[in-house]
Amino acid sequence: MRIIELIKIALTALRINLMRSVLTMLGVIIGVAAVIVMVALGAGAQREIDRQLDSLGGNIFIVMNNYRRQGTVAKARGTIQKLSVKEQQFIETDVPGVDRAGASLRSQGQIIFGNINWRTEIDGIDNGAFIARNLNILEGREFTDREQRSAAKVVILGATVREELFGAGEALGQIVRINDFNAKVVGTLKVKGQSMWGSDHDDRALVPLETVRKRITGVSKHSPKSVSYIAVKILDGYDMVLAEADISSALRISMKIPPGESDTFRVRNMSEIYAANAESEKIFNSLLAAVAAVSLIVGGIGIMNIMLVSVSERTSEIGLRMAVGAKPSDILTQFLVEATTLCCIGGFLGIVGAVCATFLIESYANTAAVIEYHVIAISFLFSAVIGIFFGYYPALKASKLQPIEALRHE
Amino acid sequence: MPDRAPIIQVCQLRKSYDVGEERIHALKSVEVKIHEGEFVSIMGPSGSGKSTFMNMIGFLDSPSSGEVYFKGRRIIGFSKNQLATLRNTKIGFVFQQFFLLPRTSALDNVMLPLFYSNVDKTMWIKRAQDCLAQVGLLDRQDHHPSQLSGGQQQRVAIARALVNNPSVIMADEPTGAIDTETGLSLMQLLQELNANGTTLILVTHETDIAAFAGRRLTFRDGNLIHDGYSEPSNASVELQKYRATPQLSIH
Repeated sequence: MRIIELIKIALTALRINLMRSVLTMLGVIIGVAAVIVMVALGAGAQREIDRQLDSLGGNIFIVMNNYRRQGTVAKARGTIQKLSVKEQQFIETDVPGVDRAGASLRSQGQIIFGNINWRTEIDGIDNGAFIARNLNILEGREFTDREQRSAAKVVILGATVREELFGAGEALGQIVRINDFNAKVVGTLKVKGQSMWGSDHDDRALVPLETVRKRITGVSKHSPKSVSYIAVKILDGYDMVLAEADISSALRISMKIPPGESDTFRVRNMSEIYAANAESEKIFNSLLAAVAAVSLIVGGIGIMNIMLVSVSERTSEIGLRMAVGAKPSDILTQFLVEATTLCCIGGFLGIVGAVCATFLIESYANTAAVIEYHVIAISFLFSAVIGIFFGYYPALKASKLQPIEALRHE
Repeated sequence: MPDRAPIIQVCQLRKSYDVGEERIHALKSVEVKIHEGEFVSIMGPSGSGKSTFMNMIGFLDSPSSGEVYFKGRRIIGFSKNQLATLRNTKIGFVFQQFFLLPRTSALDNVMLPLFYSNVDKTMWIKRAQDCLAQVGLLDRQDHHPSQLSGGQQQRVAIARALVNNPSVIMADEPTGAIDTETGLSLMQLLQELNANGTTLILVTHETDIAAFAGRRLTFRDGNLIHDGYSEPSNASVELQKYRATPQLSIH
């Protein structure tokens, strides 16, 4: 038996019942398209996560205050130690494996240039934070040590703020008003993109840490050197678990926390936070892909159903073919090829549909979707396998017919 | 003629079916030898076992007991595949309902048995065209069955039966679904084929159709009750007579 001839026979049979064939195929088309699109969306989300992790750097710890009360007793005012510049220096100089540590003191403020007014995060940072937080200068320069010490009125603008205030115009050297003081723009930052939660990493203005303390928040009587958090960058290749333990014990010493008392700080690895998020996203995507796979199986059952109808409709044809010399295996192959051809055409159309749908989703829904070639290959193969699997039973049923019974069938 | 080795021989052939509680004995111990080149008609009322008999000797059905020999080979015990090959290479079937594949050209219909044979593919079209020419339908080779008359469809079916150069052609009520004149010209065609050496087995319940065969087997209630030779009617003469006779027409 020649496979080309069999495919020709199959195509003729499918053409005779064109409407029915197309409707049957629809199940496979939708199934294959759904699987590919879901997997593409999953892959797109994964790529986005990877990009985020890259931009954050996997080797950065964030040390934050932990305001949890101890037991049920609220400690007296000022007795809870807050992270301060001292801890930043201690981590940077005394903890092994640390590349840089950078402290930040965060605040909100208005930035005004001319008649444009923009509310944003005013982020007071020391110079270590440029490295520790992967903040990259696009134009201009970082702060000088002298500017840090003197709480100078200088500002580095995030990409969003720069865009809002100056558009395409020159920003460097301009004087902007931050709350109630004027500051000179000495630099702008490279675009960092959105965080996973949708907040804009670029919607911020950086000033020297002491500038925030002295000119925006004011100096706290109880913790005059406090900071919001400390970013710690670990040297490449250094053991992150070890580094985390070392940072914790160094902080307990620096903050004089007695043994038995719980930490007043938290050490978090940014990549861990993202990874946890990524994990839930992955589970969600796998669920969607599983639902899509179920629809493909339902499509396969549709194929089986229609092949059974086809076998019973064409019983006398089967009888005739047997009378003129078709062996049971010939009949089996014929109906298998027919089911597989149906599925493969459906699979092909499904792939075309998926590519179009993915393109539309990318351009209109602003969501990353990545079609991988192996996914296309696998779903095409899968639809062929569906054809063979669900076509086998009806084909076997056809091949088992007795020639004379098949011929007599009305 | 009876001295020659039989092409088909059956011994104590029995076939019974169970229909519900009842057991039907369709054939009760039939013994026949059919020789190469014979034109045998199988007669009998419906339910007499004539079609069952043809199905047995055409390997479309297997007997309950008894023996079937084809050119001296014992067929009982052949596998489904062996029987399929035997049907493909040795036997051509013509059925009352034609059984042509719909939406398939006459040529492709005639080629169907070749599809299951070992015949080289380059020969297929030529052989199918030769057979269509033999039944006088070469000019209709691209027509689909729905574009052909009943008689033409049955001729295509005969061409299909001829395409593998079978030893025997078995026709089950071939004239049953066509009018008298077309039926006569079909019998003319079958007689020509027989004259060229093809063994013919014709199942019919019409006496005047059976009369075109040189040997007549008559079945009743599963028994072979008559087996006789007689001078066959000549189909071309009958056809001419029929055409010369004015037909009654109803207005």
